[in-house]
Amino acid sequence: MSLELRGITKRFGPLIANDSINLKVEAGEIHALLGENGAGKSTLMNVVYGLLQPDSGEILIDGKPLKITGPSDALAAGIGMVHQHFMLVNVFSVAENIMLGNEHVRGFGFLDLDSARDEIRRVSTEYGLDVDPDAIIEELPVGIQQRVEILRALIHNAKVLILDEPTAVLTPQETDELLTIMRNLSSSGTAIVFITHKLREVQEAADRITVIRLGKVVGEALPSATQEELATMMVGRPVSLTVDKEPAKPNKIILAVEHLTVRDATGRTLVSDVTFEIRGGEILAIAGVQGNGQSELAEALIGLQEFVHGSIKVDGQELVGASVHKSLAAGIAYVPESREIDGLVGSFSLAENLVLDLHDLPPYASGILMFPKKVKEDAVLRIAEFDVRTTGVDATASSLSGGNKQKLVLARELSRPVKLVVASQPTRGLDVGSIEFVHKRIISERDSGRAVFISSTELDEVLELADRIAVMYRGKIIAIVPPDTSRAQLGLLMAGITDSTPGTQAS
Amino acid sequence: MSTDAKIETSPDQPRHRDSSRVVLVSGLSVVLAMFVGGILIALSDPDVTRHLSHPLTFVKDGFASAAKAYYALFQGAIFDSSMMQAGGVVRGFNPLSETIVATTPLLCAGLAVALAFRAGLFNIGAQGQIIFGAISASSVGFMLQLPFGIHLIVAIAAGIIGGALYGGFAGFLKARFGAHEVIVTIMLNYVALNFLGWLLSTRPYLRHGRNDPISPPIHSSAAFPLLAGSSLRVNSGILVALAAAVFVGWLLNRTTLGFKFRAVGANSSAARTAGISVPRAYIGVMLISGGLAGLGGATQVLGTERSLTGGVAASLGFDAITVALLGRGSPLGTVLAALLFGGLRAGGLAMQAKTGTPLDIVLVIQALVVLFIAAPALVRSVFRLRAGGASTLSLSKGWNG
Repeated sequence: MSLELRGITKRFGPLIANDSINLKVEAGEIHALLGENGAGKSTLMNVVYGLLQPDSGEILIDGKPLKITGPSDALAAGIGMVHQHFMLVNVFSVAENIMLGNEHVRGFGFLDLDSARDEIRRVSTEYGLDVDPDAIIEELPVGIQQRVEILRALIHNAKVLILDEPTAVLTPQETDELLTIMRNLSSSGTAIVFITHKLREVQEAADRITVIRLGKVVGEALPSATQEELATMMVGRPVSLTVDKEPAKPNKIILAVEHLTVRDATGRTLVSDVTFEIRGGEILAIAGVQGNGQSELAEALIGLQEFVHGSIKVDGQELVGASVHKSLAAGIAYVPESREIDGLVGSFSLAENLVLDLHDLPPYASGILMFPKKVKEDAVLRIAEFDVRTTGVDATASSLSGGNKQKLVLARELSRPVKLVVASQPTRGLDVGSIEFVHKRIISERDSGRAVFISSTELDEVLELADRIAVMYRGKIIAIVPPDTSRAQLGLLMAGITDSTPGTQAS
Repeated sequence: MSTDAKIETSPDQPRHRDSSRVVLVSGLSVVLAMFVGGILIALSDPDVTRHLSHPLTFVKDGFASAAKAYYALFQGAIFDSSMMQAGGVVRGFNPLSETIVATTPLLCAGLAVALAFRAGLFNIGAQGQIIFGAISASSVGFMLQLPFGIHLIVAIAAGIIGGALYGGFAGFLKARFGAHEVIVTIMLNYVALNFLGWLLSTRPYLRHGRNDPISPPIHSSAAFPLLAGSSLRVNSGILVALAAAVFVGWLLNRTTLGFKFRAVGANSSAARTAGISVPRAYIGVMLISGGLAGLGGATQVLGTERSLTGGVAASLGFDAITVALLGRGSPLGTVLAALLFGGLRAGGLAMQAKTGTPLDIVLVIQALVVLFIAAPALVRSVFRLRAGGASTLSLSKGWNG
């Protein structure tokens, strides 16, 4: 089955999200839709899936025009979609979720879970998607939840499968597994639309690539194109994918962490007896598969974790047991893992967000009084400095794109006189242009003599930025290695295998 | 209210566009509630329903009946020419005076609920806080002997403190133990009501020669001065209530404390990450919120009733929630909403007296306003409006919030 879009145009008020887009996806093809955040990829696919109605243009299935007024039309026509944010009922089992909206029933309206289980087993073995039908969704890792979504689409007979940024939430291993699944599906005839902005994945998985920029198709490419070529098409100007940086010039110790242990409220150990130090002018990057204690370690550094033992010294000042307020005041900038949840107040203006941690200090306040005019004046300067693209300092933070949100967080955190920068997943979900900006800024923080702590699950990012790499596995730092360590060796370390483990050889 | 919808919108200012949409939905909710209320008035009029078999007459009579009732409501809320002819121009404004008298405590308590909303808390406990404010203010009012002027100020302060401590207690339980404020404040309402009942049976609170639950009258030195002579009940309590509205606006937009409250209310995770103490914000906002409700109780006992009675809070604490919802958590909106509800309350009585339309219609209209505000999509579809951005204030949230 093939899917064709002709002249799809979708406007939101004055904004043209899709400008007469043409696209053709053949059966058995993995077609990558490549573009930066906000380029209009998701809008286009929401049109195909019936969630949005196009202002003009038509959708053809196997050459026949099709009117899609809602997701049910799309499903009936054999179009399935896996959204970036999963549409699953967390407390239901896999089988119950897959039946949802298409329930198998026996007499008297009783649910027939057995037949659903059989079908799940049949389809999952057919495509190599290993899923337990009786597992509860919220107990499954993100990668498996995504498989459930894919499985649901397949069981509903999807012949065209749309995957919206499927790898954004996955670990490197899960990403590899997903790409394998996609290849299996395409070889059995399913057409796959793969929405992404990650160049490496496009090259690995796609058969054809369509690049979208600012709502328009700017070109097609084959996976043999280089990353630089693809990035240039996507961003509209040449971009450097590697960061130029001089060797580090470390000076005195800024952050000294000794025997740090972090537990959660139930007493489970999240970070276990961690010791390391960072000097001014160097970047220590924490590598590791998500969920091995990196996030909690970063949170503990600024006092967001409650049950912390050991010692955290910033420039000699002990911070274990200190409030977040005091830790920030000791000279730490903090870029949280999730900018929407922990970094910004969506309904606040940009100006207000820029003083979230400074609102009660001069020059923005004196005693209980705040000076909104001063807040705005400084906001104008910072927004210019950090190149935040917006309509003005009165716009709400939620109106910004992902990259601009992250720039806003950086603008706030890096404008204080800090000694240590702590950043968790600083470029997660960002486009190439924004990643370039963030990386340059982090390097320049290092070069100005600040100590930098980065935690990232993206190995590329770790290798690019780090002066030293600490690998975390199950709450422990199992090794601190130089930045020229090979990917293969880092991969082994991330899986918890060290040189001292018998039977393994690191190259 | 519907004139509010004329606020200029500009596509370059999403914030203003959002808030004007919110105002529009609020105004239209009132219009729609009045419309449905009108139908109910018509249907409750036996003269109208008699013509059910003649659709044209039925509609015409129904329209006339509703118009007559609403005219009586308007007269009862603002100005009544027949009263002017009987008692002079000042008497003619008696309905407006009654509207203001009804508005005063509603405004204070409405501000209390609105402020807590902005910090993400649903303060259902204005009722209990009003009661404690009324107890404290009236106790000072009839037990102490103080000079004129100072007595009133001390009594108001006592009312604010009484409400603040009661509200602050709920905030403390939330901050320290994570007890959900909705449940805690509902339970504290019962505690307050029964405490009041007991208190009014004790010797100091018994009025000489009376057996019903009513305290001795407050001294005149503790009373709010009347604003328009002795023939009208309107008193300077409304000025204090309006000052409270200005205070809340100033607090939210010009102070560090208000900034903290709003940040915690809009996104407590981000506030915490930025070093703002969420528990302290909860306690602080409930202290001030309780103080505002306590002020409402004080205006009741020091202005309108001049003594403490078992029914001092009536249903004020719950109407306050409606007022805060209609006012969308903003001080100006709360002033307008309190005036509207005060007017409905005062006018409803006149409507019942003049046209025989039951007072309950007013309660139905109030309830419908809340219902329509809680279902903005319904209002938009009735008036064929396009869906707007997210509301700046979340009016419903889960039990874990």
